[in-house]
Amino acid sequence: MISQENPSIWQDQLYDSLRRHGITLFSYVPDAGHAIIINRSLNDSNATSVPLTTEEEGVALLAGAHLGDKRGVLLMQSSGVGNCINMLSLIAIGRFPFVTVVSMRGDFGEQNPWQFPMGQGTQPCLEAMGTRCYRVETPSEVAPTVDAATGMAYRSNQSVAILLSQRLIGAKKF
Amino acid sequence: MTNARKTQINEDFLLDRRTAVPAVIGEPSDFLIISGLSGAARDIGYLTEGAPNAYLLGGAMGAAASMGLGLALAQPERRVLIVSGDGEFLMNVSSLATIGHMRPSNLAMLCIDNGRYGETGNQESHTYRTADLAAIAHGSGIDITMTVRSEDQFEQAARALRSESGPSFVVLRVNDGAPADYARNFDAVETKANFRRALLAGY
Repeated sequence: MISQENPSIWQDQLYDSLRRHGITLFSYVPDAGHAIIINRSLNDSNATSVPLTTEEEGVALLAGAHLGDKRGVLLMQSSGVGNCINMLSLIAIGRFPFVTVVSMRGDFGEQNPWQFPMGQGTQPCLEAMGTRCYRVETPSEVAPTVDAATGMAYRSNQSVAILLSQRLIGAKKF
Repeated sequence: MTNARKTQINEDFLLDRRTAVPAVIGEPSDFLIISGLSGAARDIGYLTEGAPNAYLLGGAMGAAASMGLGLALAQPERRVLIVSGDGEFLMNVSSLATIGHMRPSNLAMLCIDNGRYGETGNQESHTYRTADLAAIAHGSGIDITMTVRSEDQFEQAARALRSESGPSFVVLRVNDGAPADYARNFDAVETKANFRRALLAGY
């Protein structure tokens, strides 16, 4: 693992920050980088956890939740961003507030070559579809970035992705 | 053997969507409605006369089921109806597995199944010969499913859509006739704002 502090501290802070901003719907395709957040949502009686079969479901799910006045987040790995591209047109054309937290692969220290193409394409694809991206490299940046992203989404109807870099989450060993 | 099955054309695409869809839905204000793009959106726009309880997609094909699930989870006290075509449901068919997993009792789905991609020249879809969306829904954990082939099933279908022990999934087999003639609103921001304003005001 690279520069890995205890991940439970910043992952717990991430969950608490999302909840503090009124997010109660946690949709996800599982990823090790989100394991603590997913488990926190599953054990939170005031939250709803929605496991997805493919990440694009989460994009449409959150738009529907917004129609019903509920706040949610999409948790996914960077490879899942590729599955979301056309669905993000719904967010863009409807100016739906949208927050996703993306755990990066194909990034700093990656050891599985299959992860590089989509890892390198993650930010350009999101930006091409109108989603603003903010990279988090250190634990101290996590909570302030959630504050910024949720504010931009729910005050300004923006589409925002928080990219958790592999400097933060550590690269998986192979 | 598999070839024989694949070349067989289903013979039950008989109903007229312009009468069958209103008959099965009944009073549209009973529901919050998400409609998939294209023909379904025209049918629903015509039926609701543009009322704010229906959100009509105009793109993002495959979004309707997941969007309806999000709305149903956000509004558990309201009945939510997803209406879409066979092609739209097929495009993100695994979203039915997510709906089956979450089991929102307030969610109903109506598939206007003409076995064709009507918007692009009536090319055959996978339901035309082989795929059975009601069976896929049932296999995804959605217990209430039915396929409507004739008018004498309309009443049962209307009850399925209003079941309080949903989710439910109703396939309506219709012919290749045109959807309702309706010039729907394509402004997704305006319709979003109208939907939310009406819902939050207690529509």
